[in-house]
Amino acid sequence: MKRLLLLSIGVMAATFGWSQVKVMGSLKDTKGRILAGSSVSIKDAYDGGLTDSTGKFKFKTFEKGNQMLVAKSIGYKTQEYPIVVEKDSIVVDFIMKEEISELKAVVITANSFEASDKKKSTVLRPLDIATTAGANADISATIQTLPGAQKVGEQEGLFIRGGSAEESKIIIDGSVVNNFFFSSVPGIAQRGRFSPFLFSGTQFTSGGYSALYGQALSAVLSLESIDLPERSEVQVGISPLFTSVGFQQLGKNKKTSYGASYSYTDLALYQAVVPQAPDFYRRPVFHNMDANFRIKTKRGGMLKFYTYYNASDLALRRPSLDSIGMKNAFALTNFNSFSNVQWRQPLGKGWKMTASAAISYNNDLINSQLQNQQNALVNSTGISVLDAQNFNIRVTNTMWQVRGVLEKKFGAINAVRFGGELWKHTDSNSTRVFSSRFGGTTNETYVAAFAESDLYITNELAFRPGLRMERSDLLNKINIAPRASLSYKLNTNSQFSFDYGIFYQTPERRYFRPWTPEQDFQRADHYILTYQHLSRDYTFRTQLYYKDYAKLLRTDANALEAVSVNGNGFAKGLELFWRDRKTFKGMDYWISYSYLDTRRLYLNYPINAQPTFAATHSGSVVLKKFWVKQMFGVNWSWNWSSGRPYLNPNKPADQFLSDRTIFYSTNNFSLNWLTKIFKSNGVVVAGINNVFNEKQIFGYNYSNRLKDAAGQFIREAVTPPAPRSFFLGVFLSWGVDRSQQNINNNL
Amino acid sequence: MKQLVVIAAMLAAVVVNAQTKFESAMQRGMGMMKEAKSAVEMQEAAAFFERVAEAEKIQWLPYYYAAFSLYNAAWMDQKTDKDKTGEKCKELISKAEAIEKNADLYCLKQQIAVLQMMVDPMSRWQTYGQEGQQALAAAKQVDPKNPRIYYLEAMTLMNTPEAFGGGKAVAKPLFAKSVELFKTYQPASAMHPNWGKAEAEKMLAQCQ
Repeated sequence: MKRLLLLSIGVMAATFGWSQVKVMGSLKDTKGRILAGSSVSIKDAYDGGLTDSTGKFKFKTFEKGNQMLVAKSIGYKTQEYPIVVEKDSIVVDFIMKEEISELKAVVITANSFEASDKKKSTVLRPLDIATTAGANADISATIQTLPGAQKVGEQEGLFIRGGSAEESKIIIDGSVVNNFFFSSVPGIAQRGRFSPFLFSGTQFTSGGYSALYGQALSAVLSLESIDLPERSEVQVGISPLFTSVGFQQLGKNKKTSYGASYSYTDLALYQAVVPQAPDFYRRPVFHNMDANFRIKTKRGGMLKFYTYYNASDLALRRPSLDSIGMKNAFALTNFNSFSNVQWRQPLGKGWKMTASAAISYNNDLINSQLQNQQNALVNSTGISVLDAQNFNIRVTNTMWQVRGVLEKKFGAINAVRFGGELWKHTDSNSTRVFSSRFGGTTNETYVAAFAESDLYITNELAFRPGLRMERSDLLNKINIAPRASLSYKLNTNSQFSFDYGIFYQTPERRYFRPWTPEQDFQRADHYILTYQHLSRDYTFRTQLYYKDYAKLLRTDANALEAVSVNGNGFAKGLELFWRDRKTFKGMDYWISYSYLDTRRLYLNYPINAQPTFAATHSGSVVLKKFWVKQMFGVNWSWNWSSGRPYLNPNKPADQFLSDRTIFYSTNNFSLNWLTKIFKSNGVVVAGINNVFNEKQIFGYNYSNRLKDAAGQFIREAVTPPAPRSFFLGVFLSWGVDRSQQNINNNL
Repeated sequence: MKQLVVIAAMLAAVVVNAQTKFESAMQRGMGMMKEAKSAVEMQEAAAFFERVAEAEKIQWLPYYYAAFSLYNAAWMDQKTDKDKTGEKCKELISKAEAIEKNADLYCLKQQIAVLQMMVDPMSRWQTYGQEGQQALAAAKQVDPKNPRIYYLEAMTLMNTPEAFGGGKAVAKPLFAKSVELFKTYQPASAMHPNWGKAEAEKMLAQCQ
């Protein structure tokens, strides 16, 4: 009995904790860094403590006997250490091994600008695209404020680091969009067709992009559409320029949604108020329709379908430079459609599949006329340069594409991705000039296979090798393009990365004729060094790059037909980007600067020259201020660039493109105001581009035959259609009760 | 026989003791929370609750309090990485939810969503605001009489600009409802969440 009592006292002592033993020690990592705020505890017991600012911990335990001491620190592998608790104090010093984790690891894609909701820290936010002054919610115009992108005012497209517009590819949900911009009108840059509000993720890589993409000598802009809308709603947009209606219906189970929208753009009113330099004898009119459905599949998969149709018409005339009193008239009718389906599906065990398919169609009807003072067609003057102004062109481009990518995650955050894609193009064109008709059809089948892997050696060091293989039917050639990127993290916020890659692109099919001699892939080799400092409030990035071009297409003197592939060139430069969200309260700004040194021998260039779309120096300043209480924001942007080369036919061939336009500068202002209008959530947007009426000259058009007194061909500056442009729009949506989606700043 | 009785009594003492041990640990943790003057002290309380939770594994309350103290610590020190705290809290809440789903856990989910939204309200209010709203809707489904739901809803409205249907006028009836419900509200035990009454009354007074 006595023995039993003793035993029972012993048990009670253990359970009630009558005696305590001190456990102490410290936590450091393998590099000897102190780990503060980490937890050390006895497994399956309450006793434990946190390390202090010197990495030391100390606690008392009531437990007895064989116990397991557990040390945990975020970003490190949890460690267990067996201890025997008796009477004496216990001292344990832990050396923690780092765990490779997304939170701490170096960023492999530091060479790209990303805007996304999903990632914690990105350089841009999706909202930035809608609120950059001067961009008028045009994705590509916002990209023009980033380093590496040229500010080309007379032509649409992304001109990246000395590359032409064709050398950048734009991708929506894995599918290439061939006619991302509205069809070209001479001398007037066109907008992108797609609203930035369709997308939740934007990734712009100005060089050295992933092996998953190809056929772009310069850059890739990848856009990811939103998965499911927040809630069902009806949207209406009203502006002097357009009217739009649309709806989004979210299923009751919140797993499906569908929607459609229609918009009608008519510039009649706008052009009556803001006089345009060209005479628009048919005002620009656009009909736009789109529809979508989205289904959430099992295990977090997603199926998305999007279809887009657009029909547009416009016609304008300008005085002819080739004959006093004559006019050149240009009329364009366009029909465009793009339909895309993407299926993203996790397959379990770290596997993920992404499949996509798209069909696109574009049809341009161009009618060019020589007209007299009375705006009547002048059929024949006997002067061939003038008569050549009378022509009709019909261009039809059809493309369908399929693509599949498989991804397998392994280890902590390593991944391997591989897949393939197939594109089929049919381009036909027909031109009628001098009462004869010519044209033809070009077919192309392009296949590619690709693989890349993200390998994290440590949290500090990551390597991404990639390989891409492509075949073009048109060229009857195969290429193999290696890509590699190496990233090294200096500290929590800064890192270096080096990107290398070979990039191939099939020359533009419009230069191909049945008699075209053997062609080859054009090639660019990229070498890019990036330093990035990214914290919550500040971003600094600088890039140094060198690009080597080989086998660029060369054409006849009129740039109509492919002649050879012995063109070449280079581009090198330095870029800076600084963004600050903190220094000035409530204000967010970024500054970018690009230095570019490039020359190339291609198309009809007689010598190696700086192309017309490349300015040596360019930059932007973008400011945004938002008052949360009033829900009111103002945005300012200043875009500038040094003069760009222009072709002056008065100069001999060895001075080809040696002239420069004047310095380009534009200041843009916009404001947005979020308010309740007719019980809807309203957004009022207004903007002025080129507030200060700065003189802008994008280049010069020269006469083919008329000379001035000094014997020089006469010329006319290429300028914007109006010195200033304006935007005003009211967007209303019913259904989403945003009062619930608090926007507050002071909870 | 006698021996058996003693053994039985002893075992009973241990079992009873086990219960009181948990309860006393909870009391101690709640004391730590109450007395915490700094974010560090609040984090210590959170670490303590987490240890209790991990040792017990079948109690949702220590997980709840671990997340709740971390959430409080994040507001006490503006330098806290709110995303990291948010992720950690979500992890704790999901462990608690595996044991029991209830209105107070949904309420905490809403508070975490608001915390993460505050990292970048301009671009996050659509996603995180929605997340918070869904959490409160779920809380109402489970227990429409929980007064904290209406307090949190009212707080959100209070901090929403009037242009967006927020402001004192719309928040007031919800504060009133919360205060009204608090009058009859009885927590399931002394350890269960029982905060919000004073806060709701204070806010209601501010709305007058």
